[in-house]
Amino acid sequence: MKVKCRTISRGCAEGEVLITSDTISFLGNIDPKTGKVVDGNHELFGQSIKDKVLVFPHGKGSTVGSYVIYQLFKNGVAPAAMINLESEPIVAVGAIISAIPLVDRLEKDPGSILKNGMSIKVNSSEGYVEVPEG
Amino acid sequence: MYLTTEEQAMLDGEEGETLRKAIEILVSLGDIYGADRLIPVKSAQIAGVSYKTIGDAGLEWISDLHGKVRIPSILNPAGMDLQDWEKMRIDPEFAHKQQLIIEAYEKLGISSKCTCTPYYLEGFNAICADHLAWSESSAVSYANSVIGARTNREGGPSALSAALVGKTANYGYHLDEMRKPTVSVTVDYELKGSDYGALGYIVGNIVGSRVPLFILKGKPDNEELKSLGAAMAASGAVALYHVEGVTPEARKNKFARPDENIVIEESQIREIYDKTKPDINDLDIITIGCPHCSPAELSLIAGLLEGTTVSKEVWICTSREVANKYAGIVKSIEKSGAKVICDTCMVVSPATEKYKAMMVNSGKALAYVPGMCGVPTLFGDIYKCIREAVKE
Repeated sequence: MKVKCRTISRGCAEGEVLITSDTISFLGNIDPKTGKVVDGNHELFGQSIKDKVLVFPHGKGSTVGSYVIYQLFKNGVAPAAMINLESEPIVAVGAIISAIPLVDRLEKDPGSILKNGMSIKVNSSEGYVEVPEG
Repeated sequence: MYLTTEEQAMLDGEEGETLRKAIEILVSLGDIYGADRLIPVKSAQIAGVSYKTIGDAGLEWISDLHGKVRIPSILNPAGMDLQDWEKMRIDPEFAHKQQLIIEAYEKLGISSKCTCTPYYLEGFNAICADHLAWSESSAVSYANSVIGARTNREGGPSALSAALVGKTANYGYHLDEMRKPTVSVTVDYELKGSDYGALGYIVGNIVGSRVPLFILKGKPDNEELKSLGAAMAASGAVALYHVEGVTPEARKNKFARPDENIVIEESQIREIYDKTKPDINDLDIITIGCPHCSPAELSLIAGLLEGTTVSKEVWICTSREVANKYAGIVKSIEKSGAKVICDTCMVVSPATEKYKAMMVNSGKALAYVPGMCGVPTLFGDIYKCIREAVKE
């Protein structure tokens, strides 16, 4: 099933879904060396975002977060792609400088069609997410 | 968003990877905020300079870029005085990384003058209705409010993208309808000097990112407006304000007063001065110049310090260009033992973390120093700051 969405950062990638209803402040929430969520209050605490399709509402916090995303990319522990409900500049800029596909405003609610561990494809260049049927 | 043929070619990578990424950043921010097109900007001021804030990740990103900026571009304050960092007792490893960041920006054709007051510098003067892509929150507030120019508060990468492309996306404060006041603030008490910083500290907390229209008793000068705006951008996220009868757009447009009106009493202003949490006996550093001192402020400080010797660490922060241009005044200030510090400030430099308590005359510094530097902070006007500085 192809689900239409808005392109924020171009590119195409596949990976396993890691989904959270918590927002993410890349500065502070994520360890740039390991890609693990280090904030004890975060729903994804202890999990690695490496190579995942990271699905979260939107970013927050310091604008330095854009550089943290770049550091994750340089350290080889960045997500393969990201999906937001509504993107904001910190994550958008971080994704673009790190060449990580990022989309938002999916035609269908990500919470109802995406499950943790599901393999999906994000084609941001053409503006769709491909999700297995059923 | 509409793109010209040239812009589309850039986005398709025909002018290389750096420009492709730069314009992609501008276009996607434009899409997020509903911009119709890109517009040319006159100059850029780029945040993300201090090694303390951007770290190795930021350094790597800037170092990976190639090419030259297309418009006059300048940097935010760095983490240290780039020439005399030893006098600030900066760690040599930090100094090395900081120099690498500056060199990476210089390679892109960006001026390594690091300041939060680009409007005092040659080549960065702006006039009413000019479009800019500036980053530093107090410079954005000054440009929008005191000059009447137009800029959003750009992030580091988006300002750098604007510098490389020479354009920014047309949204937010570039548009007439976003510049109208949305809340009134009345003060029935004649303010002076650092009172404006105190006022900004209070109002920023209340109005967040709205556009306030001030109705004031006196007529603040540009330095007072500078400290008002800087404090509001720090305690809140105010990027534009108007003062009835004073700031250019308020004079030109005669805005209707918004219905919601906030009244600020004299007692609230006084409270900021009395909020002296740290013990004054712990006071071991006094800093002035947040935002960076103007020539007039330097000259006032020189006058106050004349014939005295300071008994504590005293930093007078300004831009290198202003310091060089007014070298006589700088020399006179330094005769007292006070240090004139360039390219940086008490907020972004790690050097301030070593002190027990700081006195400032800036509402912005009062908002940031306790949290960002972990130093308890006292607030006083410039006269009190100098009196404490020379006290035996």
